[in-house]
Amino acid sequence: MTTTTAGQAVSASSVNIPGKLSAGKLFGELLKYSLLISLAFSFAFPIAWMFLSALKSDPQIYTIPPIIIPIPTHWNNFPDAWTRLDFTTFTFNSIFRYTLPVTIFTLISSTLVAYGFARLRWRGRDTLFYICMGTMMLPWQVTMVPLFITFKNLGWVNSYLPLVVPALFGHPYLIFMLRQFLMTIPEELSDAARIDGANELDILVRIILPLMAPALAVVALFRFVWAWNDFLGPLIYLQRDESYPLALGIYTLGEIANNMGTSGNAYPHLMAVSTLIALPIILIFFFAQRTFIEGISMTGMKG
Amino acid sequence: MSAISTPRRRFFTLERRNFIVGVLFTLPWILGFLVFTVYPLLSSLYFSLTRYDLIRPPVFIGLENYIGLFTSDPRFWPVMYNTVYYVILSVPIGVAFAFLVANLLNMPIVGRSAFRGIIYIPAIIPAVCTAIVWQFLLNIQYGAFNSFLQTFGLPTIPFLANPDLVRPSIIGISVWAQGAAVVIFLAALQEVPRSLYEAALVDGANAWHRFWNVTIPMTTPVILFNLAVGFITAFQEFTIPWLVTNRTTGPLRNAEFFSVYLYQVAFRDLRMGKASALAWIMFVVIVIFTVILFRTSGRWVYYGGEK
Repeated sequence: MTTTTAGQAVSASSVNIPGKLSAGKLFGELLKYSLLISLAFSFAFPIAWMFLSALKSDPQIYTIPPIIIPIPTHWNNFPDAWTRLDFTTFTFNSIFRYTLPVTIFTLISSTLVAYGFARLRWRGRDTLFYICMGTMMLPWQVTMVPLFITFKNLGWVNSYLPLVVPALFGHPYLIFMLRQFLMTIPEELSDAARIDGANELDILVRIILPLMAPALAVVALFRFVWAWNDFLGPLIYLQRDESYPLALGIYTLGEIANNMGTSGNAYPHLMAVSTLIALPIILIFFFAQRTFIEGISMTGMKG
Repeated sequence: MSAISTPRRRFFTLERRNFIVGVLFTLPWILGFLVFTVYPLLSSLYFSLTRYDLIRPPVFIGLENYIGLFTSDPRFWPVMYNTVYYVILSVPIGVAFAFLVANLLNMPIVGRSAFRGIIYIPAIIPAVCTAIVWQFLLNIQYGAFNSFLQTFGLPTIPFLANPDLVRPSIIGISVWAQGAAVVIFLAALQEVPRSLYEAALVDGANAWHRFWNVTIPMTTPVILFNLAVGFITAFQEFTIPWLVTNRTTGPLRNAEFFSVYLYQVAFRDLRMGKASALAWIMFVVIVIFTVILFRTSGRWVYYGGEK
């Protein structure tokens, strides 16, 4: 700190000399980390508060000053909340009737379509691809009414078919991601196989697919998370309790809490279930952080 | 080339064969496009010219839905104002915030991926959870924010119960869930060639000059991308405003956004014709916004450096 002038001389001539900190630099570092830490704190706070509130009893929630870590800790809120509505069934619905089929269907259909857009040369391809990208701009509200009417006439309301069947036809955003990835695979790989007489489906399955694993992981993750989080689709199409996914289950519990207010542990229970529904997403993120970040970064680059 | 290798009259010329194979691979999307986009798009345009309650067959009424919305519907203009207010404030604030955070994360720091993770997580947890947690946090009687205010003897703030505060509160929540834009910006910042910064440094540029003359121009395409995506999604925002305001009853109609109103017209009032007209108006507004954004982008987006 006493060598301020020396420090300035160093920082002016070159940026990266480790081990020497001038007062100005030290202040800069302090400012940077205090900004980062307060930012991280404010982003983490709502989620932390959700979890901490899940461990409280009613009086612990309404105390002023607020209790941060509740003692005694009410871990039994989790099983109690879970059985307040049939959340086991909702979980089963979310996984086996919605997210899994949608993810599998999207993987298959989007791979085929992306292959056609990325690795084959044919007249009209680029025009169709631009149309496909253009559909991403279309708000869901414009097709909502006719689709609802069509699905109603088909007798599909109150089933998962309106949510799952469209996944068989690919997803423009994910098609785009897969196409970007497929274009980076050298054309020679396909050409060699073509000379040997392999057809395109062979080439896709035997040569390209094994190389696509990282991109398919991104697509699967995204689609899974979207379906897990989807609220509006189920809200429109599912009206019977027993066919609710988790998103509608917790919505119903939220209604109950709003009506009960400060009694019956309504809010601790709501926070407990909320924590349990968000938890898989947070865990998936931590285990697949790189896949997520690569996926989301990929879309911005050539947008 | 195909003219040489194949006889003239053969049906399967190379070009035709390629075309058929290409169409076969993209067939899932082509069919989906026709069934789930083109057909609904055209029929919603038709429905918007009818009176239709799902029970009786639709009755053609011409432009009555549109005229009614523009001239006599008491909710239409307030809803339009609410939506535009939300979009115009939340998107630039959100994008600017994400850009600054990304720049902060792009500095030489310890624990970058941990910070990035913490900022990204709010963007991927279910929107229902976001709404429920924030409604709880901002509650006037027992929400955490007001409890802390009361602890310090400060007056409570009715974030979600006051008509003037409800929209800013929702904008605040949307900024909290801005993580995806942060991640995209961070990736873009890491792509900016170091040589440009070094050159600027040699020329004696200070940190601010480097930020203003290197960082910003080099990332303008991604700023445009995030703005465009932001506008399109903000116009369609449904879950958060719908849930934090308890379905926009009572004094909270200031948070009745386009999608929320449309949903109510369609599924509570069962007025499918009017709902379709609303959807088309919204679509046109989104297109106008996007066109303006891209038209003006020529003046500020820099496409020089890469490729």
